[in-house]
Amino acid sequence: MTTTLTGPVLVLLDHASTGALRTTVLELLTIARGLGTVHGAWVGAAGTPAAAGPDDATLALLGEHGAEAVHVVDLGPADARLSPVVAEGLTALAAGTGASALLLTSSFENKEVAARVGLAARAGVVVDASGAGVDDQGRVVAAKTVFAGTWNTRCAIRTDLGVVALKANSVQAVPADAATVPAIARLSVAVTEAAGRTSIVEHTERVASDRPALGEAQVVVVGGRGTNGDFSAVEELADVLGGAVGATRVATDEGWIAHDAQIGQTGVTIAPKLYIGAGVSGAVHHRGGMQSSGTIVAVNSDPESPIFEIADYGIVGDLFTVLPQTAAELRRLQG
Amino acid sequence: MRIVVCVKHVPDIQSERALGPDGRVVRDQGDGTLNELDENALEAALALVEEHGGEVVALTVGPDDAVDAVRKGLQMGAEQAVHVLDDGIAGSDVFGTATVLAAAVRRIGADAPVDLVVTGMAGLDGLTSLLPSALAHLLDLPQLTLAAELTVADGAVTVRRELDHASEVLSAPLPALVSVTDQTNDPRYPNFKGIMAARKKPVDVLTLADLGVDPASVGGDAALTEVVEAAPRPARENRVLVNDDGEAGLRLAAWLVENKLV
Repeated sequence: MTTTLTGPVLVLLDHASTGALRTTVLELLTIARGLGTVHGAWVGAAGTPAAAGPDDATLALLGEHGAEAVHVVDLGPADARLSPVVAEGLTALAAGTGASALLLTSSFENKEVAARVGLAARAGVVVDASGAGVDDQGRVVAAKTVFAGTWNTRCAIRTDLGVVALKANSVQAVPADAATVPAIARLSVAVTEAAGRTSIVEHTERVASDRPALGEAQVVVVGGRGTNGDFSAVEELADVLGGAVGATRVATDEGWIAHDAQIGQTGVTIAPKLYIGAGVSGAVHHRGGMQSSGTIVAVNSDPESPIFEIADYGIVGDLFTVLPQTAAELRRLQG
Repeated sequence: MRIVVCVKHVPDIQSERALGPDGRVVRDQGDGTLNELDENALEAALALVEEHGGEVVALTVGPDDAVDAVRKGLQMGAEQAVHVLDDGIAGSDVFGTATVLAAAVRRIGADAPVDLVVTGMAGLDGLTSLLPSALAHLLDLPQLTLAAELTVADGAVTVRRELDHASEVLSAPLPALVSVTDQTNDPRYPNFKGIMAARKKPVDVLTLADLGVDPASVGGDAALTEVVEAAPRPARENRVLVNDDGEAGLRLAAWLVENKLV
């Protein structure tokens, strides 16, 4: 018999300011169902369409994925885009619900939230996890790769509340066997003055492109130094595959593509189902940001490139020949 | 301005890194280095002091060879270095480390007020990015993390940062805590003058007792998480490596379809 947690498993329901749920949340709900009773935590920023809580369609989607309750946390006039503010809301919610676990998507903001909930609630925290379960002692255990993806670890949380931030694409989101109709509960939290001392002078949400967000995409095609600044072949293949476009540090530093496309230890960490690196040498900083990808394909004219050491499928060749050929063939095969 | 920069000695990213049976990072003497991002933190602090006057204090927590991290800070131009060295700290999780750092910052602030605490956005060993927020929480300072640009004017600090879905400008009154990315600046190299001057500058060594930190609140026993399993990742199987003979792109497409990757 599988052990499950006694208290609810809270899942932070990340969403855009429009109220649209981020797809990674469905992955979290899928993992959460294996831990215990699933409750969503909705923190909507005041003055946005999301302030009142999830709309009916979102609520139905949450129910399909097993959420039995959704807590709408009202932080009053405090700026709910600030991680210290969100952390105070979640700390209060965790205490109020007697939660045993809090799952979040492992974004930079959410890691900040996790650190503060950990301190305020005395909860062990694991970030950038690739899975979570419960051990026979009833402890939350998180799986995680470390050292640029070269080691696999499992980390047990020793406290009654465990906080786990999970990487996007850790699991395939699957609906629950039986859909639920989540009960809505509202919680007002008076946020301390201290949490709001930082003010947001500007906040520009990136315009959604036709391509999926880099951190969440199932397929990512990455261009490196070997593109010499010409990303057209990378973009073409990404579009055929319905994937996102990423880049190495060199490519962003050269100004060939915006900095938010950078994958690596100081950029975005990705774990897509399929990674295709074109003209990417595979320096250790880059590997640290992509080595947990499901399948790694590399195209590089230099046979000595370290990326070939970790590639499932490596082609020593000119990316400007190989990528368009692959794109054209995929279009043909897909009719 | 008085700025404390938290720096960390980490295993060299190019070296073979491993976890021991206790789940802790194997730290061999000699293959460590200053966490690269902390060079950006030092550079940011030194540039602010050059602009506004004041001094930089480099602070580290760690075993004997961690002193190299603060020495590098002195060589770059920091005035003072503090090394918290105590066997009781070994095995601390991020909260234990933050507790020690917070006590050390308070101690440094007792000599003269600290206006800014600067850290790198992450340690390139654990890469959790949890420390800056944890330290800001414990020091009760406003936090401005992931700064790609950083300015101080009129008693306030302003940063620009890029998040997954948005770009932001944050501002807060001093004192505050800032974490920086590798986009913030290009760290200077210590020159001969700096290296010579650093030899004369002191490194203050402090223990948990000096800082009034309860030993029960730090170290491996106080850690809220424990590694229960660690193993090198198995090699990928069935790997294919081909030279393009003019049709490799076609075969890749077929392979992707066959393996249900598209």
